[in-house]
Amino acid sequence: MAFSTNRDAGRSALAALTRNRVLPNLYDLAAFALLAALAVLALHGAAAMHAPLSGLAAEPVVLDPALLPDYALRTTIRMFAAIIASLVFTFAIATLAAKSRRAEMVIIPALDILQSVPVLGFLTFTVTFFMGLFPGSQFGAECASIFAIFTSQAWNMAFSFYQSLRTVPRDLDEVSRSFGLSSWQRFWRLEAPFAMPGLVWNTMMSMSGGWFFVVASEAITVGGTTVQLPGLGSWLALAIKEQDFAAVAWAVLAMAIVIGLYDQLLFRPIVAWADKFRFEQTAGQQKPRSWVHGLARRTRLLKRLTAPLAWLGGRLLLVRFHSAPSARREVSAGTSKALDRAWLALVLGLGLWAMWTAVAYLGKSLSWSDAWDPLARGLVTLLRVTGLIAVASVIWIPVGVWIGLRPAVAERVQPIAQFLAAFPANVLFPFAVIAIVSTGASPDIWLSPLMVLGTQWYILFNVIAGASAFPTDLREAASVYQLRSWTWWRRVMLPGIFPYYVTGALTASGGSWNASIVAEIASWGDTRLEAYGLGAYIANATEAGDFPRVVLGIAVMSLFVTLFNRLLWRPLYVLAERRMRLD
Amino acid sequence: MTEIVVTRDFKADKAPPLVSASQVCQSYDKGTAGSLVVLDKVDVDLHSGEIVGLLGRSGSGKSTLLRAIAGLIQPSGGSVTFEGRVVTGPTSGVAVVFQSFALFPWLTVLENVELGLEAQGVAPAERRKRALAAIDLIGLDGFESAYPKELSGGMRQRVGLARALVVHPKVLLMDEPFSALDVLTAETLRTDLLDLWCEGRMPIEAILMVTHNIEEAVLMCDRILIFGSNPGRVIAELRVELPQPRNRLDPAFRALVEDIYARMTAKAGAPARDGFFPGTGIAMALPRVSTNLMAGLIETIAAEPYRGEADLPPLAAELHLEIDDLFPVAETLQLLRFADLEGGDIRLTAAGLRFADSDVDGRKRLFAQQLATYVPLAAHVRRVLDERSSHKAPARRFRDELEDHMSEDYAATTLKAVTNWARYGEYFAYDEDADLFTLDNPS
Repeated sequence: MAFSTNRDAGRSALAALTRNRVLPNLYDLAAFALLAALAVLALHGAAAMHAPLSGLAAEPVVLDPALLPDYALRTTIRMFAAIIASLVFTFAIATLAAKSRRAEMVIIPALDILQSVPVLGFLTFTVTFFMGLFPGSQFGAECASIFAIFTSQAWNMAFSFYQSLRTVPRDLDEVSRSFGLSSWQRFWRLEAPFAMPGLVWNTMMSMSGGWFFVVASEAITVGGTTVQLPGLGSWLALAIKEQDFAAVAWAVLAMAIVIGLYDQLLFRPIVAWADKFRFEQTAGQQKPRSWVHGLARRTRLLKRLTAPLAWLGGRLLLVRFHSAPSARREVSAGTSKALDRAWLALVLGLGLWAMWTAVAYLGKSLSWSDAWDPLARGLVTLLRVTGLIAVASVIWIPVGVWIGLRPAVAERVQPIAQFLAAFPANVLFPFAVIAIVSTGASPDIWLSPLMVLGTQWYILFNVIAGASAFPTDLREAASVYQLRSWTWWRRVMLPGIFPYYVTGALTASGGSWNASIVAEIASWGDTRLEAYGLGAYIANATEAGDFPRVVLGIAVMSLFVTLFNRLLWRPLYVLAERRMRLD
Repeated sequence: MTEIVVTRDFKADKAPPLVSASQVCQSYDKGTAGSLVVLDKVDVDLHSGEIVGLLGRSGSGKSTLLRAIAGLIQPSGGSVTFEGRVVTGPTSGVAVVFQSFALFPWLTVLENVELGLEAQGVAPAERRKRALAAIDLIGLDGFESAYPKELSGGMRQRVGLARALVVHPKVLLMDEPFSALDVLTAETLRTDLLDLWCEGRMPIEAILMVTHNIEEAVLMCDRILIFGSNPGRVIAELRVELPQPRNRLDPAFRALVEDIYARMTAKAGAPARDGFFPGTGIAMALPRVSTNLMAGLIETIAAEPYRGEADLPPLAAELHLEIDDLFPVAETLQLLRFADLEGGDIRLTAAGLRFADSDVDGRKRLFAQQLATYVPLAAHVRRVLDERSSHKAPARRFRDELEDHMSEDYAATTLKAVTNWARYGEYFAYDEDADLFTLDNPS
């Protein structure tokens, strides 16, 4: 990103020159070691991706801890590729939606629906598609896996970016226009920086979800063909199949280390850096900190090396792709309305045609009565999701409030909660399965908690954030008037954290729906547990290669999630925005 | 430090104007109810060597005119020319300073100042040289690497000024540049700017500034155009011949301020007493004025030293109210017949004096009475509530009714204003959750 580096670099490179110091300092050494290591690892991993598919058969995944770092690296690179793809998608699609009214009419509803579609359902089609695209190469399977992660990340990032672009402050927009910034300059000087904090936050949320899907998408079985890409997910699948308890434990350890490193080396620095794009004109109280970001800022040589990049960035910013923007004019209503109608008709027509095709496809092998099964199962899964979110809320709201009101504790617990949210819960599933099998408990009930195992933390850390942000004067007022116990919760704390809670619960419930596809069916060696639900329906259909049923299952789940969002979460969101904002 | 070469010519008005706006109209489509006219055939010329002030209340279209001159918006009628060429978009000869400073929080002071040059494709070395010169000129040395959020309001506006000057514009447009600053800071900045202007150290030929502060206009401008509202138009043009630096206590200065107050409170030929607000009957667009402010103003005018009649300029000074704050209150009092506005004076009516003497309940009763008699919309809502057996009516209904006559924003503001007045007078009640008007006040 060109605009990022040329900020401090220009001046400090100048300053470094005048001081005439060329010797690297200690920070430089540390930073270089880090950079070099990352470069080597990336090259190694990328080279392996292009191996022929037959290589997979010749060199199957082996449960040898010595190979584990390599597998972890491959998994990480997949993550990384997906995040880059998501960013490119975000910049392109969200910008298009924000700039073109007609594109917006299609893109925004589409993103909204795509957000609700269970990602794991996609795998069936994408594996087939990408394998066909790159026949005989491992790359096809890699692409399918990366695409699965991409679909779990891209939509909310694009949404966030789009919303930022639409809310660019009017005065800054006017400055940019009155100075005649080109669209290119405007994007990098105004729009991208303004959108940065929201985008970084959403990317972080996306990454948390992404780990879950990377694990789920590496070992894929579609109608008899099984592809196992080298990675932590395949390792785990194999460990489960071979009932190797130690190997599962190794996977948990490796995952924890990888996520920890990713957080420390990538996200914390980015969050610390993105802090300067926050739009508030007042200096913030709590600045996010990161040792890597601090390191990068302190290195002298690094800055001198990036100075050419900064120079290049500065030059690129001078490029003009467009003529100067002109004055804003009220569009002549008549012609544009007619065009709008034509466009809408075209979109609706295409939509109807697509729906017709889908129904015709399903109609070939399924009858209307087949729709009842997924619907009934959907209701059961809905019951599970709501019940579990409720249980998780009852547990984590008091805990989160307790923690959030104690800044010292919150500072230590918050990173842990965020780490737990990122940790792919499916790595822990085997432990639960062993417990259920050995105690003979009912899978219909006891498999369910797995669905919120990974997602409940969203509730926790959002509640912590809400309680931390609760204004001191209101707390003092509450204690002056001796509001206690239930009154205190009802009148003071619950309204105070409500907007945060809704955000957390919304994320958690979306994640839980997705998780149901892997959580309602679990196995340990030959033991296979299955709960009655929509997730199990989709998983079974996928394994059997029964495409029509997969489509039907996904459609039903998307319908449930969309309705759930529209009927429950969105009104709550509106309520929170209207009534319970504390600023 | 680099000197900026100045080429300003003080030719007489006979020379062709630098900027000329002629017959500029701006209206917004309101759908079925026609259009809302913000500017109505406004003519403004800006000559080399002068500072011109556009003085008026908010909503008088003066900022819209400034944006049309800057090329930020295309007026719906009339034309703007700059150096004889028609303005169709932002031009490099015109720079704008904003009320909100409009600094990029992610860019340092230096980078903010360089922005306009970057847009012009100026090479980095040259950019830095010119930016440093501008920073030096405007008194920002030492702050080059600071981010805007680290600066005080006054320093931020200095950055805004430096950023505008660095592109060497011929015309500087300023949109209420000092109104977001505290009194002292604003005064310092005005003086500094005037000094730079009078000494000819800024590379600009003319300044056009928008303000709602009468004293500021008299202090800084060579020519003042007074704007009237509904629709926005020039109602008077004054030439300020006082030499710089001007003294606020100078009797000639005071007389000029007084004169402008009188012109701005003159009833512009409208015989109706409600002439200040656009629209008639229930379709009158009303400002949101708090009942506390109204009561406070009545009390102040009733008490010593005014004893029922006050001159607006000293009153505004004493209460630290700018005309944008004071006028809506005064005019609402006039609408409710608590006071009379005439020739820059405000005089309490019998009802106003009675209000000042009453206790809380008496005031509320009196207020409700005036509301019922003189605010048709309030009376209308009350009538509908009385007619219905449930004594409830959805607010949506009245909002729709208002939107037939005015824009959505105006309708919302008007209804909110009336709701709050009615709540104070316990004339009717409003339940926000249900968006319902009712007759029962919770007791």
